[in-house]
Amino acid sequence: MLALVSPALLVILLLIVLPVGWLAWQSIYHDGFTLENYRRVFTEDIYWRSFALTFEISLAVTIIALLLGYPVAYLANSVPKGWSILILSLVVLPFWTSVLVRAYAWLALLQRTGVINQLLRYLDVISEPLALAHNTFGTVVATVHILLPFMVLPLYATMQKIPGDLMQAGASLGASPSLTFARVFLPLSLPGVLAGCTMVFVLCLGFYITPELLGGGRTVMVSMLVSRNVELYNQFGAASAVAVVLLLSVLLIFFVVSRFISLDRVLGQK
Amino acid sequence: MTRISPPRIALYVISTLVLVYLILPVLIIAPISFSSARFLTFPPPSFSLRWYQQYFANPAWMQATRVTLTVALLTVVIATPCGVAAAYAISQSKLRVMRVIHMTLLLPLVVPIIITAVGIFFVYAKVGLVATLPGLVLANVMLGLPYVVISVLAGLQSFDPAQEMVARSLGMNRLRSFFAVTLPQIKSSVVAGGIFAFISAMDETIVALFISGGQYQPLTKRMFTALRDEIDPTIAAISTLMTAASFMLLLLASTRQKRSG
Repeated sequence: MLALVSPALLVILLLIVLPVGWLAWQSIYHDGFTLENYRRVFTEDIYWRSFALTFEISLAVTIIALLLGYPVAYLANSVPKGWSILILSLVVLPFWTSVLVRAYAWLALLQRTGVINQLLRYLDVISEPLALAHNTFGTVVATVHILLPFMVLPLYATMQKIPGDLMQAGASLGASPSLTFARVFLPLSLPGVLAGCTMVFVLCLGFYITPELLGGGRTVMVSMLVSRNVELYNQFGAASAVAVVLLLSVLLIFFVVSRFISLDRVLGQK
Repeated sequence: MTRISPPRIALYVISTLVLVYLILPVLIIAPISFSSARFLTFPPPSFSLRWYQQYFANPAWMQATRVTLTVALLTVVIATPCGVAAAYAISQSKLRVMRVIHMTLLLPLVVPIIITAVGIFFVYAKVGLVATLPGLVLANVMLGLPYVVISVLAGLQSFDPAQEMVARSLGMNRLRSFFAVTLPQIKSSVVAGGIFAFISAMDETIVALFISGGQYQPLTKRMFTALRDEIDPTIAAISTLMTAASFMLLLLASTRQKRSG
């Protein structure tokens, strides 16, 4: 049995465990052990600001995704099977479209000469084009779009397991639909909320394509800090230290969340 | 339940808007790609295939397309058998270490892709795999494996291992009984896993940005570089073709899965 897993395991060990280990090593070793890279990450302004901005954007994206995703999951859970399949297909289809293609689509929609600005000017709503892309706004809009399926799917899976009788029981005891929702359904759906929020937040922390293409160079998220240190400045040690701090943040979040819900629930939804 | 209350109407309206938000950007690219204008304009001017012609007439785009298709196909050919073998072992074995191995195989979904990409770049730089086809294929095999493992494990869950025991008690060896009894029953989840690995390799961008180069640059890397400079509607044409390919493959995967029930 071990022989059967060994090819797959070897690929994973060589192409993800070894490279990440290499990064960790490179972050503390350069002609001898040094913590210089970490000192820079934790003290220099540009690093601090980038980490703070990344956490802020991730938080905003998670909250927006939850507010948009919850009603969709709720609706998919409460309509007949054919409709819920349609709703879920609409959620999953973009998920399997290239992230790059979707970032391009948002660029085409949001930029100064983009579809939305052209449409608004054509309708005489605005006279000057709005700055929708090449800023944090554009980044957030596109990132929420790309991560929304990771919110809806775990929410839906959790809602599916809530017995419908409970709502009827609440109603038969005289509670209004909104009260049954607030007291019965919402609390029972919280594990799904946690699973979805974790996945969206963690994926957003490491997001690269949308901030790079829609951020206009001003929204420097941590992932861009890593890539710039490698591609532009050849600061391999600094890039590695940033990557390690990012990875540890992600693992810490998974660890904390695993105290409350099974991690299978977070990861099993792909 | 069926009484339409105001909150219910609000639910329908909000959900519809969210679904439009989800699907509209995916659909908006097609009209742009068929428009004759150099710059995006609204309303769109006349219908034209010029961006498709530009794509097919450009040797650099064609070379990138060949690289993408080669990498995606090789990824499927390598990742599928490795993933099937691993999923089979994980589902059959009662060894404790298998749970750890199972989790390890899902690592590519957990580690932020930018970290994976930079790490692979450093390792490849040491062993001379940067800007090579094998390097690109290996990285995509790693990224595609979790999809195969997850899909096949789901397929194996509904399979009764006692059937394979029967075949073996009748004298087949383990390998033959797997191919004769087990594989035909999990075939659809294997095909679905392979299709997911193909789409994942076709769409992969970030690792390619760091490790691909020279003549072995996939479509996504060229598209990304082009997007940084200017908005060229040729990219809309390529995006439309890629999206159409993804959708057709997904349709194939879902009809496959349905048949297995």
